[in-house]
Amino acid sequence: MNEVLIALEIMWKGMAGIFAAVLVIMAIVYLMGKMKK
Amino acid sequence: MEFLTEGLRALTWQQLVMYGVGILLIWLAIKKEYEPALLLPMGFGAILVNLPSSGVLNQVLTGVGETNGIIEWLFEIGIEASEAMPVLLFIGIGAMIDFGPLLSNPRMFLFGAGAQFGIFAAILLAVVLGFDLKDAASIGIIGAADGPTSILVSQILKSNYIGPIAVAAYSYMALVPVIQPFAIRLVTTKKERMIRMKYEPSSVSHRTKIFFPIIVTVVVGLVAPSSVALVGFLMFGNLIRECGVLNTMSETAQNNLSNLITLLLGITISFSMQAERFVTVETLMIMVIGVFAFIIDTIGGVLLAKFMNLFTKDKINPMVGAAGISAFPMSSRVVQKLAMQEDPGNVILMHAAGANVSGQIASVVAGGMVINLVTGFLG
Repeated sequence: MNEVLIALEIMWKGMAGIFAAVLVIMAIVYLMGKMKK
Repeated sequence: MEFLTEGLRALTWQQLVMYGVGILLIWLAIKKEYEPALLLPMGFGAILVNLPSSGVLNQVLTGVGETNGIIEWLFEIGIEASEAMPVLLFIGIGAMIDFGPLLSNPRMFLFGAGAQFGIFAAILLAVVLGFDLKDAASIGIIGAADGPTSILVSQILKSNYIGPIAVAAYSYMALVPVIQPFAIRLVTTKKERMIRMKYEPSSVSHRTKIFFPIIVTVVVGLVAPSSVALVGFLMFGNLIRECGVLNTMSETAQNNLSNLITLLLGITISFSMQAERFVTVETLMIMVIGVFAFIIDTIGGVLLAKFMNLFTKDKINPMVGAAGISAFPMSSRVVQKLAMQEDPGNVILMHAAGANVSGQIASVVAGGMVINLVTGFLG
């Protein structure tokens, strides 16, 4: 049961981390695109 | 003359099974052309390491002492000691990737993230089925749809199942044209699969293409430090490609380096395919969890696209979300083929390619995340 809870926490934190990284990169790419204009 | 039959008498039924597995992998590589660069060396290696007292493994010889076997040595040096082989392969992969379709359509970044959900669902399933956390995490990473990442993560976490994990990762990558259409049809309607998308890419400057690998390395390195080896070498390869002054080196990374490492990686990984470790119930469970991971990845990407459609005016064909896995370019081709089956004039390839290269970044981020989180819990 304990390991299942840990796996669920890994799922939540892992997906949050991936989306956070991707959103930051996406924002920087958008900004670079704006700066060019 | 008994010495001539010593090998034959030492054969176990498990080793015979492994000859069958080896021949099956070679057949899939040659006849079906499923990831032949990896499956053929792995298949032949599976036979080599399962010959009784095989000279490719370390042996203790009477009167001589210990002798080194080439495959065991390659495994110790190239994978166990430093993960050098999978990491170096990333330079070649990075040099092959054109991030242009992604940079010109940045919202595709999100699908790379959404299509990693299968990794974490598979970790959960593996834990429920009784695997300990480090093995479950290593098995889950099959869902990254990225062979080198799977090998690297399972090696860093010291999993007992690196052989089955590598076989599952590469086999299922080859089976993307079978797995993904099935999963996509499960969660989409014909009407959704027929959605057309405008392709109006913004131009991408040379400067953006140069800064992109540096930015990705720094951002991902700060979020998931364990992924620096992976993402750093991937982006190093891409910087060589995009800088414009290292064309010969870029071509070498794309061709010679990739081919050489792939050739050695396949036969080296066969070290972990010795019968006593491979012919187990756990191997069958890993194969089942692996296919589950690929299906949930696909569904995760599709559902994210459907969710985004609730808020956007220009609707996204949900199949583009499925291309957010790392298997490039196969996944984007599969999505395009499905789109044309529903509507012969529907071209969504460039959107899918953007999501697909995003998946390559997201899969290494996921690998780093899994290492960070699991080692945090184990510590």
